[in-house]
Amino acid sequence: MSIYNLSYKSLKNRRTTAILTVFTVAISVLLLLAVERIRLQAKQSFANTISNTDLIVGARSGQVNLLLYSVFRIGNSTNNIDWQSYQKIISEPAVKWSIPISLGDSHRGSRVIGTNQDYFKFYQYGKKQPLTFSQGHAFSNMFDTVLGSEVAKRLDYKLGSEIIIAHGISDKKFNRHKNSPFIVTGILAPTGTPVDKSVHVSLAAIEAIHAGGIMTAGGDQNNVNRAAYQPQQITAFLLGLHSKVKSFALQRKINTYRREPLSAIMPGIALHELWGIMSVAEQALQGVAIFVVIAAMLAMLSNLLSSLQERRREMAILRGMGARPLQIFMLLISEASLLTTLGIATGIALLFALLGLFSPLVSREFGLNLSLSMLTSTEWRLIALVQISGMLIGFIPAFNAYRNSLADGMTIKV
Amino acid sequence: MNIIELQDVTFCWPHSAATVIDIERFSLKRGEKLFISGASGSGKSTLLGLLSGILTPSSGSINILQAKFTALSDGQRDQFRADHIGYIFQQFNLIPYLSVIENVLLPCLFSQKRRAQLSNHATEHARQLLSSLKLPDTCINRPVTQLSIGQQQRVAAARALIGNPELVIADEPTSALDTHNRQAFIELLMNQCALTGASLLFVSHDQQLQPLFDRHLALSAINNCEEPANEYL
Ligand SMILES: Nc1ncnc2c1ncn2[C@@H]1O[C@H](COP(=O)(O)OP(=O)(O)OP(=O)(O)O)[C@@H](O)[C@H]1O
Ligand SMILES: [Mg+2]
Repeated sequence: MSIYNLSYKSLKNRRTTAILTVFTVAISVLLLLAVERIRLQAKQSFANTISNTDLIVGARSGQVNLLLYSVFRIGNSTNNIDWQSYQKIISEPAVKWSIPISLGDSHRGSRVIGTNQDYFKFYQYGKKQPLTFSQGHAFSNMFDTVLGSEVAKRLDYKLGSEIIIAHGISDKKFNRHKNSPFIVTGILAPTGTPVDKSVHVSLAAIEAIHAGGIMTAGGDQNNVNRAAYQPQQITAFLLGLHSKVKSFALQRKINTYRREPLSAIMPGIALHELWGIMSVAEQALQGVAIFVVIAAMLAMLSNLLSSLQERRREMAILRGMGARPLQIFMLLISEASLLTTLGIATGIALLFALLGLFSPLVSREFGLNLSLSMLTSTEWRLIALVQISGMLIGFIPAFNAYRNSLADGMTIKV
Repeated sequence: MNIIELQDVTFCWPHSAATVIDIERFSLKRGEKLFISGASGSGKSTLLGLLSGILTPSSGSINILQAKFTALSDGQRDQFRADHIGYIFQQFNLIPYLSVIENVLLPCLFSQKRRAQLSNHATEHARQLLSSLKLPDTCINRPVTQLSIGQQQRVAAARALIGNPELVIADEPTSALDTHNRQAFIELLMNQCALTGASLLFVSHDQQLQPLFDRHLALSAINNCEEPANEYL
């Protein structure tokens, strides 16, 4: 038996309060780690959504707003871009590729993206990864549609399924255009980005939906005259340039485009501004988590201090057996450390349990992929900080016990 | 040979003006069983605190087992106590969250020397000691809080004796026992001390116990301090 064994047995003897303390610490650690993880992974998933795109162009607006609606499919644009303007800009010699995007429609909770085949050719996410098809291929006919992996999974669509697309985002039943069924021709592989939650159709199809009432019932969809649905407007477009150096010049050119007010943004810079906006919320969350940890430490302190009075006799006995005051001191430090360690371990276990339980839900509802990955070095640092503060908190009751054991001498105070 | 030698020892508690202990000379021979009596508040526990090295005298010197106790550092005195002294308190001797055997073996946690005395059969030694102190076998596996006071004091005696310390100090260990149990306890304790050759220093205010010991000393006879006004009588 050792001193540590002694503190373990002593804690076991006071298990109700010890367990409560452990859980208080555990919950604070859980909160601290969860905030850290959500913060980091939110950033990561945002940063991973778009890659290798030099400029994003939309109607004049703030760059964060443009980034949010064009790439993350959060919010809406205020205005559209004229098709002529789009054509004119992409004819600039610096432009290597472009992806037009037309937003504003939905299908059973998923955003509908009007675009063209270039989307599947040039759009990149993560570390310059292109989109790949898990089944089927890009759309070629007007009423073909390509689904993000999650849409297909959630709504249980297969290749060849017929779907109805509504005009507008609200997607009320009466809004659905019963007369415009689309056929699924491709399903994309999962990307962990909003692409997974999107329904992709051709720009012509969007025009058709908006024109309303295309009678295709029973008819052969391939015969619908595409030319009749030449797009008039798009919401935004992504540009890839031959050389990154040209970005600034082209950005200035687009921003001063005379025919209509446009904004061109660089994704990296816009993301940076987004972090700036989010950092206030981040810091608030972190602050709350830190205060909860402090509260847990105070709870542990009050528990240890109140136990000390009834343990004065125990300390006197140990002194009588030859324990040094320093050993009494260590006994209490090791108790505080043990409580903290158990709390941290429980907190980590809870974190992974909750991640395992709720990450599918969070991914579905908020598009945030919370991975069950191992603890990062930052997380280990936070844990170490909690452990050290637990130990330091132990100094207070330890010092009290030390002083008591010197003052009590050989008399047992009851 | 003397196991304890006191010379011109005075002690007064911190933050208190009154001197509690003022002893010119006191000694205890090896193997001797000494009874010290004294009224409540006369300084018996304080004297034992000095002898066990928990308290340091304000002046004077204490030698225990030839060691210059008063010249040792606090830590050395703690270690000395762990190695050479078995201590029995008045009451509440046992640590409630440890088993009977664990309580008995507690001194071994702090003393390499006493651990070594038991070789590898610590638990066996503890059991033997408990049975020679007439603690019923059924008690050994019960939580210590369920033992009667008399049984608890016998466990405490076993703890004081484990690992054969040279000196056993008992601070009124029988004050909570009835006459019959008191006598039985002291006889068992003495037998064990005789077996291991330990010296016994036993303090109590109960004069009736005096015939059981080799020698009797009234604290007031050696302590030159003024007796405090007796609060209880
Ligand atoms: N920890 C302490 N701090 C200050 N004064 C103390 C302390 N312990 C005892 N005293 C004082 O020292 C004096 C002697 O006390 P001590 O405990 O030695 O008496 P005692 O003979 O053991 O009495 P009892 O028979 O009641 O146990 C008393 O006046 C007491 O008030
Ligand atoms: Mg006393």
